[in-house]
Amino acid sequence: MIHFVLLISRQGKVRLTKWYSPYTQKERTKVIRELSGMILTRGPKLCNFVEWRGYKVVYKRYASLYFCMCIDQDDNELEVLEIIHHFVEILDRYFGSVCELDLIFNFHKAYYILDEILIAGELQESSKKTVARLVAAQDSLVEAAKEEASSISNIIAQATK
Amino acid sequence: MNPFSSGTRLRDMIRAIRACKTAAEERAVVRKECASIRAAISENDQDYRHRNLAKLMFIHMLGYPTHFGQMECLKLIASPGFPEKRIGYLGLMLLLDERQEVLMLVTNSIKQDLNHTNQYIVGLALCALGNICSAEMARDLAPEVERLLQFRDPNIRKKAALCSIRIIKKVPDLAENFINPAASLLKEKHHGVLLTGVQLCTDMCNVSSEAHEHFKKKCIDGLVKVLKDLTNSPYAPEYDISGISDPFLHIRLLKLLRVLGQGDADASDIMNDILAQVATKTESNKNAGNAILYQCVVTIMSIEDNGGLRVLAVNILGRFLSSRDNNIRYVALNMLMKAIALDSQAVQRHRVTILECVKDSDASIRKRALELIYLLVNENNVKLLTKELIDYLEVTDPDFKEDLTAKICSIVEKFSPEKLWYIDQMLKVLSEAGNFVKDDVWHALIVVITNAPNLHGYTVRSLYKAVQTAGDQETLVRVAVWCIGEYGELLVSNTGVLDVEDPITVTEADALDVVETAIGNPSSDLTTRAMCLVASLKLSSHFPSCSKRVSDIVRHHKGSLVLELQQRAIEFNSIIEKHGKIRSTLVERMPVLDEATFSGRRAGSMPPSVSTSQGALPKIPNGVAKPTSAPLVDLLDFSSDDIPVPGGSGGDFLQDLLGVDISPSPSQVTSGTQKSGTDVLLDLLSIGTPPAQSNLSTLDILSPSQDIKSPVDVLTKLASPSPSAQTSTPVGGSSMLDLLDDFGTTLSLPETNGPTYPAIIAFESSSLKVTFNFSKEPGSPQTTLIEARFTNKSPNAYSNFVFQAAVPKFLQLHLDPASSNTLPANSNDSITQKLRVSNSQHGKKSLVMRLRINYKVNDKDVLEEGQINNFPRDL
Repeated sequence: MIHFVLLISRQGKVRLTKWYSPYTQKERTKVIRELSGMILTRGPKLCNFVEWRGYKVVYKRYASLYFCMCIDQDDNELEVLEIIHHFVEILDRYFGSVCELDLIFNFHKAYYILDEILIAGELQESSKKTVARLVAAQDSLVEAAKEEASSISNIIAQATK
Repeated sequence: MNPFSSGTRLRDMIRAIRACKTAAEERAVVRKECASIRAAISENDQDYRHRNLAKLMFIHMLGYPTHFGQMECLKLIASPGFPEKRIGYLGLMLLLDERQEVLMLVTNSIKQDLNHTNQYIVGLALCALGNICSAEMARDLAPEVERLLQFRDPNIRKKAALCSIRIIKKVPDLAENFINPAASLLKEKHHGVLLTGVQLCTDMCNVSSEAHEHFKKKCIDGLVKVLKDLTNSPYAPEYDISGISDPFLHIRLLKLLRVLGQGDADASDIMNDILAQVATKTESNKNAGNAILYQCVVTIMSIEDNGGLRVLAVNILGRFLSSRDNNIRYVALNMLMKAIALDSQAVQRHRVTILECVKDSDASIRKRALELIYLLVNENNVKLLTKELIDYLEVTDPDFKEDLTAKICSIVEKFSPEKLWYIDQMLKVLSEAGNFVKDDVWHALIVVITNAPNLHGYTVRSLYKAVQTAGDQETLVRVAVWCIGEYGELLVSNTGVLDVEDPITVTEADALDVVETAIGNPSSDLTTRAMCLVASLKLSSHFPSCSKRVSDIVRHHKGSLVLELQQRAIEFNSIIEKHGKIRSTLVERMPVLDEATFSGRRAGSMPPSVSTSQGALPKIPNGVAKPTSAPLVDLLDFSSDDIPVPGGSGGDFLQDLLGVDISPSPSQVTSGTQKSGTDVLLDLLSIGTPPAQSNLSTLDILSPSQDIKSPVDVLTKLASPSPSAQTSTPVGGSSMLDLLDDFGTTLSLPETNGPTYPAIIAFESSSLKVTFNFSKEPGSPQTTLIEARFTNKSPNAYSNFVFQAAVPKFLQLHLDPASSNTLPANSNDSITQKLRVSNSQHGKKSLVMRLRINYKVNDKDVLEEGQINNFPRDL
């Protein structure tokens, strides 16, 4: 299973973290520091796996962002690379050529998307289209609620004029 | 109203934080934001609750504390609208983890949402539950999740399936409830549901044998068919990844087949065809295809043997290994490690390629390859592989040296065909990476050297040569110094030259130079310097021409600030100056070290506790007081003092002085070794009229009836700067001093043994045991010396071990430092600590004590406390 997902920028800034195994806040900070030290210093041509505390961390760099996923010793590393790519493609489709800034200002949306891809550290959906559809449907629910709220507030505003 | 409607505030905060140039500025912005959020929380502001939570999540991601926002998540989850719930659940998953008690409060809300009419709200609740549920929540909500496995919408079914995985992992007992619904998921057509269903079944097999049996009986045919349809399916754009239809599903199916086929020949038979098809037909030019091939190989390796398939699998690995893609090579090395158990011949064929991988520039690959090579070594290829590895040791980067050195040493020890080769290889390793060599490895080397009498000359000469070029490798220096001390004359006289050697001329002064350089080197540590002192003492006897220099070296260290060195220097000085007659016997060559004892002790990784524990007593004839035996041997033994000697805590410098490290246990030496100096010493001890035994026992610490202020006491106090020195250890030492200073005769008193007290178990819990041994100091009945011994009963090592004790006012307590602060797993008495209690109401009240023990196990602090009331009376 995937124990956690990290998105780290090339400068070592955390852009997204998702923990599927229990880590205390202190451990989380330590893990992030350790891993960014290990991963950011690796050269470009090396393999995408690092061994760490009996686990393996699979990482892949997309532009300025490192996508890292920590898995068990006997999980399939190559598949996790595909999962990372799957996630990136869905982000790309959702934001329209995603960049780091999208993920900073809309970090909650990135989390919503991740929640449609992974649950309990396991892959949930292999179709990008389905994920996109589900996220869009929920976004429109939010929009609808928002409109309703604003129309109500307009009515109230007019009534109390 | 909605935080994202205008998008200003959250965006503004993120912008403000990003605009900060220093960490202090950032902290100030965050502090201000947190303050306003807190204010909003305490006003119970509803309108901006979701916006505030969104901000908190961002702040949390930056690593600031956000626990004050946890209750806000709960409020949002409890509110009716979807937008509030969505952000509330996200906050719940981010800000909390399963260990927080707040989480219990949310169970009811989740339960309601799992029964909600809006399927997206059900989805949110399932997602949160799957990501952070605790065991209690799993128990409470399992029925809901089980029901949702049959929900009409497939997107809910797949979420419920993954949620079930979390539940059965938390509470394996619940697995049987999920067997039937899980099995029915395997018949689904929807890829998401099928994917998660297969994963659920795999995880259920791992926790429940019942589920394993069920799926094996009912589902294999179906799974094989699904996999067959999938591999033969036409192009499906929705699931296609580089020409392969849904590789994720492929991989999960293969994983489940692996679990089901393991140890079951019939099941394995059914899947053979499809595995062969996957292994041969999958394209391997893209990562997705390779991922499937890799998983297929894993499955083939795990299921019951089918020769043809295995050959296919090993061939795929061979292809992977020669790939130019580092990722593929990495997984190949990983997989070959498992394959070695099945077919080591096939793996041996790739040895050359693997050896190349050890030298790769990628640390991950190097590490894998080294571990694989380690497994590939056998008697036939050991010489070749060791040579390659040692050659590589010269050029590798320092980070990797430690691992590599450890592996080489291990290989060399395990497979060495002959001693000469072993010594040669070890010397190469020591010269190349001596600083990375572990203590037990060079100890073992010394043991081997002493056991190869025909190689003594060769070894000491090689070491001499090596030390000239690699004098910065500390362990090399230690071994060299030890050997020069022992076999110095062979170095100078060129005795026993082998054919392969180049002749060298070394003078006595040259040999001593090595020792002097090492002792004078500021980077040498205590062990090395102490060894140097012993070596120089030995040389003073072998090389009369250098005795002036030796006594200069020794005298120089008499003023050493390090207690250990000072002690040695003072004693050696007195040997040199006052006891010239017995010096040559004192510094005779070491008796051959017993290999079996050493390796036995090493295997048990236990400190040599036999030497001073009670158990050793019966082995000594006529009840010779045991404390004296150890220091006697100690004098003869001059190895390092790395391993703490039980029985001597703070005051064990005398034992340390001479170390009992590599020696066979002292009791064996005293009774067994015939020609060594021990006997001489024993004889010397019996200078007094009574036989040796009674002489020794008069020195026994346990004899309180000694009313004379004998010179022993004076000497003991003189010789022992540390307050604990009155305990058993220094007695031996003081007797030595006595002996040397001819006080021995004055001590020929009749044998008297003081009262003894039974040892007690002072404290015992499931993980730890503390025993106390008691003794009295002669002449002061109100003072009790307690030796505490600690036993670790668990399979985990304890670190930062601290023992504390407290006593009531009528007692005075003095604690000496413990012998160590780590307690190895399952060890007996591996830490000892001395306590000294004075009872001002001696004879009226008995001892009482409270204790408190702190230690770390698996990085967790543990505290144990207890009270001791079962002290023997009259203490």
